Amino acid sequence: MAKLMVNGVVRDVDVHPDTPLLWALREQVGLTGTKYGCGVAACGACTVHIDGEPVRSCSMPVSAVGLNQKIVTIEGLSQDSSHPVQKAWLALDVPQCGYCQSGMIMSAAALLAKTPKPTDADIDAAMTNICRCGTYNRVRAGIKQAAGI
Amino acid sequence: MIQALDVSRRGFIATAGAAAGVFSLGFSVHAAKAQGMARPEVNAWVVIKPDDTVVIRVARSEMGQGTLTGLCQLVAEELQCDWSKVTWEYPTPGQNVARNRVWKNFSTGGSRGIRESEQYVREGGAAARIMLVQAAANGWGIPASDCQVSKGVISHHASGRSTTYGKVAAEAAKLAPPTQVTLKNPKDWTIAGKSLARLDTVDKLNGKQIYGFDLTLPGMLNAAIKACPVFGGKLTGFDAARIASMPGVKNVLKVDDRTVAVIADSWWQAKVALDALPIVWDEGPHAKTSSADIDAMLNEGLVAEQAYEGNKVGDAKAAIAGAAKKVEATYSYPFQNHACMEPMNATALWTADKCEVWCPTQNGEAAFGAAVQASGHPAAKVEVYKLHLGGGFGRRGRSDYVIQAVNIAKQMPGIPVKLLWSREEDMAQGTYHPITMCKLTGGLDSQGNLVGLHMRISGQSILAGVNPQGLQNGRDPVVFQGLNPGGAEGPFGYTVPNLLIDHAMRNPHVPVGFWRGVNLNQNAIYVECFMDELAQAAGVDPLEFRRRLMKNTPKHLAVLEAVAKGIGWDKPAPAGIFRGLSQIMGFGSYVAAAAEVSVGSDGKIKVHRIVASTNPGHVVNPSQVEAQIEGSFVYGLSAALYQACTVKDGRIVEQNFDTYPPIRMDEMPKVESILIPDGTFWGGVGEPTIAVAAPAVLNAIAAATGKRIRNLPMKNTDLKRA
Repeated sequence: MAKLMVNGVVRDVDVHPDTPLLWALREQVGLTGTKYGCGVAACGACTVHIDGEPVRSCSMPVSAVGLNQKIVTIEGLSQDSSHPVQKAWLALDVPQCGYCQSGMIMSAAALLAKTPKPTDADIDAAMTNICRCGTYNRVRAGIKQAAGI
Repeated sequence: MIQALDVSRRGFIATAGAAAGVFSLGFSVHAAKAQGMARPEVNAWVVIKPDDTVVIRVARSEMGQGTLTGLCQLVAEELQCDWSKVTWEYPTPGQNVARNRVWKNFSTGGSRGIRESEQYVREGGAAARIMLVQAAANGWGIPASDCQVSKGVISHHASGRSTTYGKVAAEAAKLAPPTQVTLKNPKDWTIAGKSLARLDTVDKLNGKQIYGFDLTLPGMLNAAIKACPVFGGKLTGFDAARIASMPGVKNVLKVDDRTVAVIADSWWQAKVALDALPIVWDEGPHAKTSSADIDAMLNEGLVAEQAYEGNKVGDAKAAIAGAAKKVEATYSYPFQNHACMEPMNATALWTADKCEVWCPTQNGEAAFGAAVQASGHPAAKVEVYKLHLGGGFGRRGRSDYVIQAVNIAKQMPGIPVKLLWSREEDMAQGTYHPITMCKLTGGLDSQGNLVGLHMRISGQSILAGVNPQGLQNGRDPVVFQGLNPGGAEGPFGYTVPNLLIDHAMRNPHVPVGFWRGVNLNQNAIYVECFMDELAQAAGVDPLEFRRRLMKNTPKHLAVLEAVAKGIGWDKPAPAGIFRGLSQIMGFGSYVAAAAEVSVGSDGKIKVHRIVASTNPGHVVNPSQVEAQIEGSFVYGLSAALYQACTVKDGRIVEQNFDTYPPIRMDEMPKVESILIPDGTFWGGVGEPTIAVAAPAVLNAIAAATGKRIRNLPMKNTDLKRA
């Protein structure tokens, strides 16, 4: 049985070691905010933070994640939706269907943690998540609002 | 505006007794309890709780397009309630059936959610307001006309008394509904017409929003599924024993004659086992069909004798034959998958007594009908619970995945089973945007005037595949969206003295469906790109060339002029940047776009900016209309630049986003939206603008490079400069 540190809590995860982290989080830990979109690390809907880095959890086997690594999911980004990215997203009504937005928000939060005042080029490079509803311009505006630029 | 309520409209008020908890139909009580439907119900659309919370019932589905918030704004406007106290709930399709379709149509497609229901939901809000005021007046022993209402507070100024909707709702529910209501003039709106925040955002920011993919029920198992990848093929057999001992596997089932599923404790276990399952297919008659075969079929249609007429004026062929100059071009548009971010899914629980389904659907009643049929139970023993959709775009108007879930659940009685499609299954088992080609022939006189135009569309009919009874003597009227002689679904914007638009129906074996924008997408590309080709041949500016043909279509022209002004058409573009225009009418709305594009020496296309304009008649939430315009451009540009589903050996080649890429943030242009509702009609919003992005960009590319891209997607044309 693997152990994972998820949102500050140690979780027992009873899965085959090859199981993608995404499915361990969704089906074992019960955190369904992290989404499946493609399974091949192409869309970013499954983005979580591992030690602050944005990671596409659909393509990361559980066996590759140690207990010393801190996993943060959308549910753990803040206690009360108070992360600056969440607040900006609410203020600008960024989501449409919302399905990709957990991944968008996690990608944006990771970007801002490293690059507090990102340029448009920084945003383009970091934000490669797919949104079929087409919220990209509001995502960009949301990142800038969260960054105070 | 005074509308007498006819008998059918009174239907929804006739059940107002439900507010007192006295449903006439036992099933409704059961269903309401099962769903925890809010009480008390003033009428079918409005529930007001004792704490003044206003629960507005929304029959249409929310899939990102903002319809939920817009419909609530319309009800709340007439209700004159406090918007900050508004929440919402979905009535279930089963309740709709049990209550004589009190909420009418649940279908959410064709950009009809608001425009088709705005009147009766506003009447529902107005009727509830009248009943609430009457209840307060009765309590005070005064005429209702002496009362005033503001934000859910009813006052009698003369006596200084006041009460709230929440306090009188239970009494209001007992009153007879009004026989007629007066709707507000939209000029007086304070809730509708405003850019209010969506009602469904908060849970989408923290992982709490439960989509169908996320549903968990006690004792639930998970199903992974595979249908024959060749359309028209069948399931011959599978070797369940080979995977029976794999972790978590509980069952391996034939779902229908072309589909197998693995049921396991977790979905990941089911998927791994399914991938290992030996399956034998009978690939059927199309096992060797490829895109080249389908292209040949359509090419033949371009010159075929027989074709269905969509729009005919004068004698186009004769006019073209006698014209000073003849222009001819052939365009093509591929199959495309909706590729909703959330793949298809449904959860079902079947017992000998009941069948319940939880699913994202654009059409709750269709899903319900499918569940009834698949379950073998009478309607009264079936219920469908709708969940928010992780995208729809037309795909979730179909109920194939609902039927599959019920077929699985029937073989696992008493156990809830969640069926999730993989992305690969979603790409392989689509209901694809129709494939078409179009040959356009135009004749110009010696002054460069368009004297004749023939558009021959060859290709797939959606109705023939989806709803053959909708064909008119074999003709599919939907093919001619935007090209019609008249009507809400797209009158042709140009007056041409001799015009023939006809369709040679050629239906390949690939299943077809409604896809955001439907046939307006390719029709706008065909017409609007060819207009630029004609303008070039005539030596006339593309805007001016169009203006000459639009004297009789001022609403079409108005949105075109708006984007031309917005982009600065009368001034030169910045160095290295080129412009293109387009306009069309469809889904009840007039739309236009002007794009600024550059093309690098490496052939790389960069769309810098698009100015969009729409006249949808009325705008219920400007911020959400702008979001729909931007979003439609992402969907439309993704399709135009990159997306094609190609066919090899009878099946779809592209299996995931790596070979079927949408545009991402780095390719997203700036979008400026000009909303010019003229208040004279109600048009759609979610779809119409999608159609104008691609032709505007294509026209700009032609201006930039001199190369005219006529085959979509654009990625197949090399724009590299030698």
